Amino acid sequence: MSNIDRLRTSFRTALDLSSDFDVDALEYRGIEKWDSLAHMSLVATLEDEFGVMIDTDDVIDMSSFGKAREILQKQGVDFAG
Amino acid sequence: MTTVVDGVFTLSQADKQERLLPELARLTEHHRRNGEAYARILSATGHGPDRDYRSVADLPWLPVRLFKTQVLKSIPDESVFKVLTSSGTTGDVSRIFLDKEAAAAQTRMLSRTIQAAIGRQRLPMLIADTPAVIKDRKSFSARGAGVLGMMNFGRDHVWALDPQEKPDVEAIKGFLAKHGGQPFLIFGFTFMVWLYLYEVAREHKLDLSNGVLIHSGGWKKLIDQSVDNAAFRQAFANHTGLTRIHNFYGMVEQIGVVYLEGPQGNSLYCPDFADVIIRDPETWQELPPGKPGLVEVVSTLPESYPGHALLTEDLGVVHGIDDGDWPGKRFSILGRLPRAEARGCSDTFSGGQA
Repeated sequence: MSNIDRLRTSFRTALDLSSDFDVDALEYRGIEKWDSLAHMSLVATLEDEFGVMIDTDDVIDMSSFGKAREILQKQGVDFAG
Repeated sequence: MTTVVDGVFTLSQADKQERLLPELARLTEHHRRNGEAYARILSATGHGPDRDYRSVADLPWLPVRLFKTQVLKSIPDESVFKVLTSSGTTGDVSRIFLDKEAAAAQTRMLSRTIQAAIGRQRLPMLIADTPAVIKDRKSFSARGAGVLGMMNFGRDHVWALDPQEKPDVEAIKGFLAKHGGQPFLIFGFTFMVWLYLYEVAREHKLDLSNGVLIHSGGWKKLIDQSVDNAAFRQAFANHTGLTRIHNFYGMVEQIGVVYLEGPQGNSLYCPDFADVIIRDPETWQELPPGKPGLVEVVSTLPESYPGHALLTEDLGVVHGIDDGDWPGKRFSILGRLPRAEARGCSDTFSGGQA
């Protein structure tokens, strides 16, 4: 699976969304399921899935799917392929 | 003294005055222009638009209680992103209105402040509370919201109490077995930390020496047991090895600002974007260090509601200025204003706190 698909799957798993839910444009609190509690589980899921440690500033900055991708990229996850 | 991340405890009192005064004066005008109720209050109290302010203490303040009876906001209804509420002692609640920017700003500044105590990394986190406080995801109590806000600073969260609010000794032991050998974060409300975590740790001889404890919520419930801030620190140090303890003072009406206990303990410090002024409850004059009085809190954060200068119902005392762990004022909260002294606060004075 490509990294972008792993990211999409992580979002769907952590936020308890259906497997065909379009997550690419998601924003924090944009849907009911992405609330502050789900945010913790999203962060934990991403850390497990990509083997990274996300610091507090990034947890707070992770306000959208796009931001999450940026933060992971900064940590060396390659989304080009 | 300690690692200060991005420094929010850096300004001497003189530098702080210089930085806060124009910013707070700007906020006064901003809220006057954008909030009808606030503008009316200002004009009724002699603070017309052209008044010149020479010091932060001269700026108009609002009694914090007003947020319980008035809608005070400086953003249009359609921009409201979050409404925070506090539980009041008589059932009335403060309502604080945030737009998206204000919500983000408060989270960011809170984060920078807490990072002064724990650093940038998220630490394994033991929560001295029960998961029941965040069970209803649609409506958190003030306690639940506080816990949830702090959870951002942790990872691998473990609750010290089970859903029935009984201490979960096995969970605590499991957490310590896994994470106790390196720095970890403990958060809880002061009385919960004392009644559950401290008692359990002492009874089971648990080693909390790598912990960093952040706690808040006041001492009222502990005073009956003769536990004040100093006794609390001493007991944790003696029986659990925990010495990195930071109490903090804050309120929903000034969300994003926490006045944090310094590394050496027993004094609270103001982040660079906030300050406290102790006032004589009869004359409203600013009191010098050593004289207890009513606590006014000021902060440059509130853009969406007029909360930049608030007179609280708490009594406090400044211990010193530019003479502690961090620059600026260091102070303690002494308890609530006694009921007899007006404004109908139902809490009684409790005395002798950090």
